[in-house]
Amino acid sequence: MMYVLIVFLPLLAALIAGLFGRSIGDRGSQLVTSGAVIIAAILSWISLYQIAFQQTTEVVELMTWIDSGDFDVSWALRIDSLTVVMLVVVNTVSAVVHVYSIGYMSHDPHKPRFMSYLSLFTFAMLMLVTSDNFVQLYFGWEGVGLASYLLIGFWYKKPTANAAAIKAFVVNRVGDFGFALGIMGIYFVFNSVSFDEVFAAAPDQVGQSFEFLGYQVDILTTLCLLLFIGAMGKSAQLGLHTWLPDAMEGPTPVSALIHAATMVTAGVFMVARCSPLFEYSPDALMFVTVIGASTAFFAATVGLVQNDIKRVIAYSTCSQLGYMFFAIGVGAYPVAIFHLFTHAFFKALLFLGAGSVIHAVSDEQDMRNMGGLWKHIKITYVMMWIGSLALAGGPWFAGYFSKDAIIEAAFASGSNVGMYAFWMGVAAAVLTAFYSWRLLFMTFHGEPRASKEVMSHIHESANVMLIPLYVLAVGAVFAGMVFYPFMVGHGYEEFWGNALFFKPENHIMHDFHDVPGWVIAAPLIATALGILVAFNMYIRRTDIPVQLAKTHSALYQFLLNKWYFDELYDFVFVRPAKAIGRFFWTFGDGKVIDGLGPNGIAGRVLVLARRASQLQSGYMYHYAFAMLLGVAAFVSYFFFAGGH
Amino acid sequence: MLDWPILSTVTFLPLIGVLLILLTSGKEESAARNARWVALWTTLFTFVISLFIWINFDADTAAFQFVEKGSWLGNNINYHMGVDGISMLFIILTTFLMPLCILASWEAITVRVREYMIAFLIMETLMIGVFCALDMVLFYLFFEAGLIPMFLIIGVWGGAQRVYASFKFFLYTLIGSVLMLVAMITMYFIAGTTDIPTLIDFSFDPHLQLWLWLAFFASFAVKVPMWPVHTWLPDAHVQAPTAGSVILAGVLLKMGGYGFLRFSIPMFPEGSEYFAPLVFALSVVAIIYTSLVALVQKDMKKLIAYSSVAHMGFITIGIFTFTQQGLEGGILQMISHGIVSGALFLCVGVVYDRLHTREIARYGGLVNRMPKYALIFLIFTMATIGLPGTSGFVGEFLILVGAYQVNTTVAFIATIGVILGAAYSLWLYRRVVFGELVKEDLKNIMDVGRREILIFAPLIIVAFWIGIYPEPFLDVMHASVTNLMDQHETAIEASKTILNAAK
Repeated sequence: MMYVLIVFLPLLAALIAGLFGRSIGDRGSQLVTSGAVIIAAILSWISLYQIAFQQTTEVVELMTWIDSGDFDVSWALRIDSLTVVMLVVVNTVSAVVHVYSIGYMSHDPHKPRFMSYLSLFTFAMLMLVTSDNFVQLYFGWEGVGLASYLLIGFWYKKPTANAAAIKAFVVNRVGDFGFALGIMGIYFVFNSVSFDEVFAAAPDQVGQSFEFLGYQVDILTTLCLLLFIGAMGKSAQLGLHTWLPDAMEGPTPVSALIHAATMVTAGVFMVARCSPLFEYSPDALMFVTVIGASTAFFAATVGLVQNDIKRVIAYSTCSQLGYMFFAIGVGAYPVAIFHLFTHAFFKALLFLGAGSVIHAVSDEQDMRNMGGLWKHIKITYVMMWIGSLALAGGPWFAGYFSKDAIIEAAFASGSNVGMYAFWMGVAAAVLTAFYSWRLLFMTFHGEPRASKEVMSHIHESANVMLIPLYVLAVGAVFAGMVFYPFMVGHGYEEFWGNALFFKPENHIMHDFHDVPGWVIAAPLIATALGILVAFNMYIRRTDIPVQLAKTHSALYQFLLNKWYFDELYDFVFVRPAKAIGRFFWTFGDGKVIDGLGPNGIAGRVLVLARRASQLQSGYMYHYAFAMLLGVAAFVSYFFFAGGH
Repeated sequence: MLDWPILSTVTFLPLIGVLLILLTSGKEESAARNARWVALWTTLFTFVISLFIWINFDADTAAFQFVEKGSWLGNNINYHMGVDGISMLFIILTTFLMPLCILASWEAITVRVREYMIAFLIMETLMIGVFCALDMVLFYLFFEAGLIPMFLIIGVWGGAQRVYASFKFFLYTLIGSVLMLVAMITMYFIAGTTDIPTLIDFSFDPHLQLWLWLAFFASFAVKVPMWPVHTWLPDAHVQAPTAGSVILAGVLLKMGGYGFLRFSIPMFPEGSEYFAPLVFALSVVAIIYTSLVALVQKDMKKLIAYSSVAHMGFITIGIFTFTQQGLEGGILQMISHGIVSGALFLCVGVVYDRLHTREIARYGGLVNRMPKYALIFLIFTMATIGLPGTSGFVGEFLILVGAYQVNTTVAFIATIGVILGAAYSLWLYRRVVFGELVKEDLKNIMDVGRREILIFAPLIIVAFWIGIYPEPFLDVMHASVTNLMDQHETAIEASKTILNAAK
């Protein structure tokens, strides 16, 4: 019952605020939605205790969904350790964001709609993490996509927001295309889509092959790769990442909840959930590692030069998701989920902190127009420091435990791709520290570059926005320290129970504790290096960045334009699709089909057509009657004459 | 089982409405009002009665139910009616959509209201008849005669190009049905009966089956419509009045799919097996081709019409997989498409009634003045792109699951259509609903009124119902679909043994 409440309270609140927002008013909608999600959050922490620390798994069957032959899907909630960790993440961040939004959106005329979307998102995300089968997972998967679409395009008057919303949905659909094919393949192979049955049967399929698109391919590798395409879309991995930075068009609380803490981690969750499949496909895991490591590095490089405060954090998210994936790729699932857990706190903190900054400087997002803000918004400043330290892995902050564990795991795996991931991870750590402190320095230090007008309005946010920051700050500082022993330390086996699967040969969870000292030191050194360089460039010698951009303008443009992915896709997919569509329409349908078919004939029966136009002038009854009679006569003639 | 002829009642009830309208006379205005009310009550009453078919339907048997049989023309042609799990839901779909169509025409139609309502009521009788008929001649009569009211609805109450559109529509369908008629006569000569259940059990010569299959295919492919005989549909939709489009998309297109299920597959199993690759090929071409065409449309109705062709492509794939998921998905998707595309045409109708244009560029920013409309339109946009939880998903996904088992390439290409579907639908929605409201003539546009909400509410409920709990719909299909598959398999097996023996 408690689990049902956790999942459906937000839906109920979304419906109330969405449909009756006008009657219960702004305050009413805010109270209903925030209240529901806060209750769900409290219940989630209780279930974390009950499930993960008592080592149980619960499945709540709700009702049948689709039942067609052997294809039998139920609405069901599956609560195990992996789920409760996600429940805690989703509901905690969501509750915090709900409260924060009350302040952040206080000038917006559409508060009930906004709150309703937030709660709807929360519901879809909860359905995703509690699913007991692949199809319900897909339901949540697309549901969060819908909510993301609605929230990115929340300010529907902005053309850029609308474009970003569509882009997010369509690019995600490309990922879902792989995901859906993966689910179909799973049903084809296993004759079931329920997790238990599929996972139990997975070992039997090792080394088997089937025909896919005319080729004989390894079953598990193909299925895992298809599923992973879905994960790449949702978690904005290299190639399908282009929607995430654009998604920053949405209101900042949305970025914090959906595009940092929860939805974008759904891909990581899904692959971790499917660990019983991925474990048996080393090739797929290798692919995951390479994509993850490359994304971690790629996104960090782009983050170096962005000027929009939210876009820097967005690329940072992209990069951190890359870390999570290569952790999975080397088989260290708990480490990936642990990082997902800590990342949710500090990244949401960074986003909401950025929101507080944006709020203070009259909705300005360009860091070139900020500077020198720290004196005016000290609390926000401290919060951003905490978030950045946690992200960069400052000692004893959350990222210090989780991110470093990932880098160590990559090294400990000992494989070639593992070493690639290790070095990419270390390099990205330097970049992460650099762009984080670049952000801090550009925003808070130096001379104010904002107009006098803006500087005179500058103010610290109200408590309704600050208290959420405190809550997240607690998480950003302590989440790593407190949960390390349970999630990835020596107690990990009890904590995760059956929720994550390891092949007997997979010892990475033990090995990564025993890496050489320099490997443990590497991320710390990298972070220090990044901070020092940022300090040098943005505090000491502020002329260096300009100089660098000039002398290496090609590289600078390449990074600033995000490696030209958008331009490439526009050229390869968007334009041709429209051109082909136009060609099919005017030439295919117009000239060929109609030209040869109906129009050719119609030309000859034009006389008939003219007569038909008299229909309007009173011949209708006669005509209809004559035709009906004609058809009847025609038929009966044939049957009687031809018959007996 | 009921002891009264419910199928005939439901089929011919609308004609009583026709009679009543004919009886009423009076001034133009009061006659129009009376005609509207009579039509509404008749269709509502028909719907309520038709629900008894569903309630009393026995889902455990594949046999035809509520059978009525009486001699009709000579000794061989009988008045034979009955339904099974394949046809039953189509009747409900028809009777369900009909009152909504009448309501949608309430204010939009101002000339020749009596004739319009009569045309719709006759249409209803003919459409229900198609799904009930268990005799080929009876079927053919209903099937072909159904063209006439539609032809008139487009030709009389349509847009500027209505004559061209209605002739294109008529030509295409007529050519198809002539071939079907020839095939039916051939079948009659060979089997000596026009009784559908008897013909299903009859096995035609495998070689002849190919020809018969093609002849029926000509007729059904036009109705579906399949690529490349689809070009009548965009024109017909664009010119038809809103309610005409709803019926066209909602019910008439389904007759093609139903024809495949009732005739092609059970009567010509070998023909179906042989030509399944052709159907797959045409369907995947249709999905990609028409989706791309939809992407560049400037007229809202044309866009939705092209998207209909793409969706029907999914359905034909599902049917010809001969798997349980494919077949059930196909039937369910037909029901869902009837609801969703009908609703989308109604959405277009709402703004068309206000601005008298369907050009996408003339709109923009409607959400500012019409928040309720924006929500309704959003729900059906999501349903048409197959968002899980809406009716569009269940059918589409089952079809793809079925297709995957037969041919992964078909499933692969069809799934690409899902991406394109999202692109053109969302882009349409954005251009119409989102953005700043700048155009002068939109500044005073009114949100949906009570009558319009009354039309949309049942559609929304059903769209979610099928999406969340499709069990009542799928449940009635199981027995009949399983039976259809078994028959198909047995027939294919049998012909293989014959072939082997011949070797």
